[in-house]
Amino acid sequence: MSAVVSPIREPLIEGNKTYHQITEDICSPTEKAPGMAWVMAFLVAISLLAVYIFSLGWTVWNGIGTWDLNRTIGWGWDITNFVWWVGIGHAGTLISAILLLFRQKWRTGVNRAAEAMTIFAVVCAGQFPLIHMGRVWLAFFIFPYPNTRGPLWVNFNSPLLWDVFAISTYLTVSLLFWYTGLVPDFATLRDRSKGFRRKIYNLFSFGWTGAGKHWQRWESLSLILAGLSTPLVLSVHTIVSFDFATSVIPGWHTTIFPPYFVAGAIFSGFAMVQTLMVITRKILKLQQYITLEHIESMNKVILLTGTMVGVAYLTELFISWYSGYIYEQYAFYNRVLGPYWWSYVGMMACNVISPQFFWVKKYRRSVVFTFFMSIFVNIGMWFERFVIIATTLARDYLPSSWSYYAPTWVEIGLFVGTLGLFFTLYLIFTRVAPVIAVAEIKSILKSAGDQYVGPNATHHHDDHGKGKVHAGTH
Amino acid sequence: MRKYNKNVLYGLYDDDEQLLAAIHSAREAHLEIDNVYTPFPVHDLEEAMGLSESRLHMAGFVYGGIGALFGFLFMTWVFTRDWPIIFGGKPYWSVPAFIPITFELTVLFAAIGMVVSFYTVCGLWPGVENPTLDDRITDDKFCLAFDVTNADGGKVDALRSFLSDSGASEVNQKAI
Repeated sequence: MSAVVSPIREPLIEGNKTYHQITEDICSPTEKAPGMAWVMAFLVAISLLAVYIFSLGWTVWNGIGTWDLNRTIGWGWDITNFVWWVGIGHAGTLISAILLLFRQKWRTGVNRAAEAMTIFAVVCAGQFPLIHMGRVWLAFFIFPYPNTRGPLWVNFNSPLLWDVFAISTYLTVSLLFWYTGLVPDFATLRDRSKGFRRKIYNLFSFGWTGAGKHWQRWESLSLILAGLSTPLVLSVHTIVSFDFATSVIPGWHTTIFPPYFVAGAIFSGFAMVQTLMVITRKILKLQQYITLEHIESMNKVILLTGTMVGVAYLTELFISWYSGYIYEQYAFYNRVLGPYWWSYVGMMACNVISPQFFWVKKYRRSVVFTFFMSIFVNIGMWFERFVIIATTLARDYLPSSWSYYAPTWVEIGLFVGTLGLFFTLYLIFTRVAPVIAVAEIKSILKSAGDQYVGPNATHHHDDHGKGKVHAGTH
Repeated sequence: MRKYNKNVLYGLYDDDEQLLAAIHSAREAHLEIDNVYTPFPVHDLEEAMGLSESRLHMAGFVYGGIGALFGFLFMTWVFTRDWPIIFGGKPYWSVPAFIPITFELTVLFAAIGMVVSFYTVCGLWPGVENPTLDDRITDDKFCLAFDVTNADGGKVDALRSFLSDSGASEVNQKAI
């Protein structure tokens, strides 16, 4: 049924697609041998993954003394990377949940890949809190389970424990949400294949048939999971910010942290989605499904959240001055003009100034510009976390304990290595699952396909939606 | 061994709107529809088929409530009965500090419970081999199926002509 669509809405599916062509276009990349570009990318990714495994082994074998953390600087690149990855992991659920509740149709082109990215980013994020404990083989101590030590329970009042619950809940719910969306698409892949491949995809698709009642329940489930994920995604980075905000460290102990962290998370997450989408649509030839309209929409979100983050930075500076509290004032003076001034400059340039180019429509719709901008934003958001963590810890209350911190090769290896882990998982995902939600994109074809809406619409509906759909074109 | 226990006559339509029209006329003619299969969630299908509203969201509410109660009462028990410890001079029963974990467990229980319920009531699980009528149903065909296990020849012919008259591009019979 065609819905009533505003004539100024741009089509989200180009190329006059039929349902069958959609299936072909999206499923066929998983059925063919990988192209040269994929193989090269995969080689790079697994090389970086090897770097990760080596650095991880080195850390576990020799201890976290290999990180050059020192007195007062107990958190370095490890927690910086953790917060950075968790932030990136926010866009997928935002796209799939919040935009579902807001009925934004453009989400269907990118939600599958964005959710996959979310899960892989949270997997990368989860590595750091585990290994920074030092004795990773005792990591299960963080869960409250009946034990022989009393039982001695964990501290439920600690934001670090809230984080354990937030991240593990987030990972679980994101996985369930993502997989439930994948089940009908695995059935499509199953029905296109034969033999062993068919058996495997039948296993993945849980024996999905597409019955009317199942679809009804599936939609109901998706809607409620979206409703649950929306406060969840906001809570996760709020709780991550509590790790800092509930401490009594000048520069961390601020009430602005939760909204500021959430805005930053969405900002960095969308940037990573852009990085991946620009490459994916090119390599898998999906430009007709991930259109310039999608890229422009995401750039608008980047502009909005980037500006919010900018306002938060300036508010922090103002409040530290206005508070009249010298330690707070010094913490921010030190951030801007202290030994880590370069990271503050990097943060400001990448996060606040560069997204302002997106006020210009031409830049919002330029694929190359978007790609470079998304890299800038990722770098800038990494700097933000580094600024918050390292500069604050390097200059605490006692000048006698002031020091300077620089990472060792092990920490750099761990960071670069998680990029390898992330891209290895993402590249495998593009080979085994449809990177666009096949069933969902078919359901918007009649309200967003270019043969139905937009300047080149040719189809005429014989129902009541017709007059409005084509009002602008005749 | 696969057990055949149902004989199904089904028509494949090329378009979701044709299928909806066919469902409407089948219901007007008081034909008992066995099932409808579509490649994607078709709008208005549940009204057309006269499906009752899914009760999954009510189940979700109950699971969430269980999660919230479990989380909150467990923390209360640990810190007031089992092993009371003072943290930072706060009361043993420091309710505001319990909120984040209570919230997370509410979401976790609701999500896991609903997903498990969904797959259970739909009879979907890894390894399940549900018989499918046609491979193109998950691609671009919209299927309307009638159960003809106990129908006589005249009835089958009537259904057959109903399906082709309502625009089905293919009409087939299959034991599933």
